[in-house]
Amino acid sequence: MSILKSAILAAIGTEAKFDGRNYPASMDFCAVPRGKFIDAARAMKKANALLVAEWSADESPLGRGFGVYACYRWGAEYLVVKIGLPYDDPVFTSITGKFLPAYRFERQMRSFMGVVPVGHPDLRPWIKFEDWPEDAWPLRKSFDASKPMPRVAGEYNFVRADGEGVYEIPVGPVHAGIIEPGHFRFQAVGEDILNLEERLGYVHKGIEKKFESLSWKDGSRLAGRVSGDTTVAHSLAYCMALESMTGCNVPERAQWLRALFLERERIANHLGDIGAVCNDAAFAFMLYQMSRLREIMLRTNHKLFGHRFIMDRIMPGGVSADIDSGGKEMMLSELKQLAKEFNRLVTIYDENSSLEDRVRDTGILIPEKAREICAVGIVARASGLNIDCRLQNPFPPYDRIGVNVPVLIYGDVNARVYIRIKEVRESIRIIREILETLPAGRISADCGIPASDTAGFSAIEGWRGEIVYWLQSGANSEINRCMVRDPSSVNWLGLEQAVLGNIVPDFPLCNKSFNQSYSGHDL
Amino acid sequence: MKILKQILRTGIVTEPLPAEAAAEIRAVGAKLEEAIRKRFRGSLTIRQVDAGSCNGCELEIHAINNAIYNCEQFGIHFTASPRFADMLLVTGPVTRNMEIALRRTYNSTPPPKLVVACGDCGCDGGIFGESYASLGGIDKVIPVDVFIPGCPPTPIVLLNGILKAVGSR
Repeated sequence: MSILKSAILAAIGTEAKFDGRNYPASMDFCAVPRGKFIDAARAMKKANALLVAEWSADESPLGRGFGVYACYRWGAEYLVVKIGLPYDDPVFTSITGKFLPAYRFERQMRSFMGVVPVGHPDLRPWIKFEDWPEDAWPLRKSFDASKPMPRVAGEYNFVRADGEGVYEIPVGPVHAGIIEPGHFRFQAVGEDILNLEERLGYVHKGIEKKFESLSWKDGSRLAGRVSGDTTVAHSLAYCMALESMTGCNVPERAQWLRALFLERERIANHLGDIGAVCNDAAFAFMLYQMSRLREIMLRTNHKLFGHRFIMDRIMPGGVSADIDSGGKEMMLSELKQLAKEFNRLVTIYDENSSLEDRVRDTGILIPEKAREICAVGIVARASGLNIDCRLQNPFPPYDRIGVNVPVLIYGDVNARVYIRIKEVRESIRIIREILETLPAGRISADCGIPASDTAGFSAIEGWRGEIVYWLQSGANSEINRCMVRDPSSVNWLGLEQAVLGNIVPDFPLCNKSFNQSYSGHDL
Repeated sequence: MKILKQILRTGIVTEPLPAEAAAEIRAVGAKLEEAIRKRFRGSLTIRQVDAGSCNGCELEIHAINNAIYNCEQFGIHFTASPRFADMLLVTGPVTRNMEIALRRTYNSTPPPKLVVACGDCGCDGGIFGESYASLGGIDKVIPVDVFIPGCPPTPIVLLNGILKAVGSR
């Protein structure tokens, strides 16, 4: 029996009902009485688990009230705890005191579903802005998503700081560069940052609600547009959650090709990030060199797969782009050139002392904090947490390839750059292995439609980190709910912690080293 | 020293535009040169605004700044302030939460100003359409001169679109 399951059983006993209509079957899923939600959280905390996500679903079409879910991870194990809330009394006990990331998940649940986490320290809306009607809960089934909402008067109360010499710097939503919108509010004394408060939600497009109006097949296109830089990983995570529900056997060749796309996306984004971090430290040389390498990759993508970001090439049941022997040769020679030039550039990065001065000891996220916010992906691995779905929750073909996951403990800007450097090298190795091993056969199978009232879950490692999808089918086998958890949903909390005590001019550098998605967070 | 070596080794990678686009670029190029010289004194300054995009368009807008496309060769460069801008390059869909910021940016840009809507979502809302959270295309909120479709538009398509916008009035 899994460690998390035994922990739940020890804490709650037979009142925890383990349920079989949830997929993949290898994962534990249990329903507990409403009052035991916090006990389950306590048991998970004691078992050293991390909170992956917390969300709610309107299950009235299935003849129930609201479902509130919390997903925990310990090593390779995932466990979901569910409670049911009656429609006329949607309250539950907040778990924010046990798990920090629940702080934003629960604000979001209250804003969008109107379920109330009792005991939550901060009930300001999240992503929902102050000019929305208070009773607009878009994820409720009774909400008409097709109509525009009226604007109402209201004000968002930012955290304030008083004292001699304390001043505020508001930044955004429209930033100075070509980047996504978000608002940052600094309190500073001199140049030192006392506090940073993020205010996100500007690019909220109603994605989770939109899923509910789409067919299962079209869902993968929308998933591919949750965050444009992570299009491969998001559509893959969606498809895997769906395939777990329908029992679809994805052909082996398709699985390997999916990994190929995923690793190419990882390299392209890491190259862009390494260059951009250096550019924010006024080392433009690296930006231009790395952008050049990135462009080479994107062009190969375009030539081989018909899209520079390999968008819409992953679909339920398989993939829609293949590679032939000519393509393999092309990719191998591209990688050879890439690896050579990349190594040369890394040496330049290493030997540049003025750059080192900026990136070392800047924006440190200490391992304890990283754990507290349940960080994932590159941010977690730069701060001593060895978390990587390719390793701990390996989906094919990663169970066969094996991944050398780099972990550093310094948690500064340099560590986050270096994790990317190591991952680029590792991904080049993985791609070579994929090209060598790529099994023959079909590249897609019929995915089918899930049965009614079932749920599917997937967690995969995108370039930013673990991406989680949870899909629920309705009474007529339609999409009843699609929960999307981009790594940014938790990692944004890390940036707030990492910049404390740094100087304001280093903020862009810290921010770029995290490079979290606004769109993936705001949904 | 290593930096210099790498610079020399790399050489100039800026490309003549690929053949399929070259004819079109040449056609717009003649107009562009004249228009930019006449109307913008040789330099076109763009303020990019993300009004709700998924970040896909932004990546390609970055790409036109890289050494290979090198949009500065046409006199195009990006600015941080809308007050310096001749053109707003806006990606969409316009979210409800960005509507006010987009209007403010537009009002801060001195006339005469060009507005280019970038990407399928900027053109008509794309897959996100119109809903409680998304207002749809850019022209639902501010007047648009030129639309650049694509998901996301490739750098070549982007450059073509910008060049077209310059010759549009």
